[in-house]
Amino acid sequence: MMPSPAMPREHSPAHWKKGISAGLPIAIGYMPVAFTFGLLAKAAGLSLFETVGMSIIVFAGASQYIALSMIAAASGAAELILTTFIMNIRHLLMSASLKERAEDDPKWLKAIYAFLITDETFSVAATSTEKKITGSYLLGLGLVAYSCWVIFSGVGYVMGSGLPESLQASMGIALYAMFIALLVPAAKKSKKVIALAGVAAVLNYLFSLIPALSGGWGIILSTLIAAVSIEFFIKGDDKSE
Amino acid sequence: MSDQLIWVIIGMGIVTYIPRMLPLVLFHTNNLHPRIQGILKNVPFAILGALIFPGVLTINPDSYLYGLIGAAAAFIAAWLNLNVILVVLTSILVLYGYTFL
Repeated sequence: MMPSPAMPREHSPAHWKKGISAGLPIAIGYMPVAFTFGLLAKAAGLSLFETVGMSIIVFAGASQYIALSMIAAASGAAELILTTFIMNIRHLLMSASLKERAEDDPKWLKAIYAFLITDETFSVAATSTEKKITGSYLLGLGLVAYSCWVIFSGVGYVMGSGLPESLQASMGIALYAMFIALLVPAAKKSKKVIALAGVAAVLNYLFSLIPALSGGWGIILSTLIAAVSIEFFIKGDDKSE
Repeated sequence: MSDQLIWVIIGMGIVTYIPRMLPLVLFHTNNLHPRIQGILKNVPFAILGALIFPGVLTINPDSYLYGLIGAAAAFIAAWLNLNVILVVLTSILVLYGYTFL
């Protein structure tokens, strides 16, 4: 607990609003992914309660998909939980990176918005041009993404049939398009950003060819190697701040 | 495994939450070495690269071209300084159009 009766310093509606609108592209991207998760969960024999429960409790797309295929294959509980851990250990890096930018919020508040860290919410928050990231912004951003994820998991389960195939396929680009939209403005301003993204992308491609590094480890390794090596090779080119 | 499943889900939730929470809430990192700070600032851009590639090529299991076209559309829209949501909508529309070609 904080010594003072700590309220978040920036608790203004303006920060909430910014967070919520920054979360909208994520919501669009999550819709088809969550919908399909609901659909597949039903096919894997989960109840509605378990399906929505998993989205509420875990809130991590790729590992939820993998859990479904492992449940369908009757894998053991320990194996399932370990795989989830390995898939999601990359959040460690994001959480540490976010800490460098986040306001000095009280711990209980950090404990709440830490739950909302995903690849997508992190990418949006970490590339925002604000100097400091406020708790209100992170909550607005995270809750838009989270509620969309939970609701559309349930909708997918209940509807029980797929979106029209052409729409489903084209919406699959949404999250990637968002990542590109976050990267390009920074890359235009800084060669260092281009190097970071380029090196990590190439490494991740190489790692994806190695079966042992496909689920989770590949992204962590390529991110770490790129972030560390480029810090040593390129100095003073960072105009992105 | 259905009786047990809710406990597995709770376990998944715990092991997912711990890495999300630990650095942000519990680590005391106020006096990090500047080099480490620099590395942590690099993480977002490196991770974006790794998240985009090669994943974007796999959105249509039958054709790499599909993901490439979507990525190119997003890249052009972002280069023209469209905001994020318009970039997302543009690339969806381009691919939606492409499926009817």
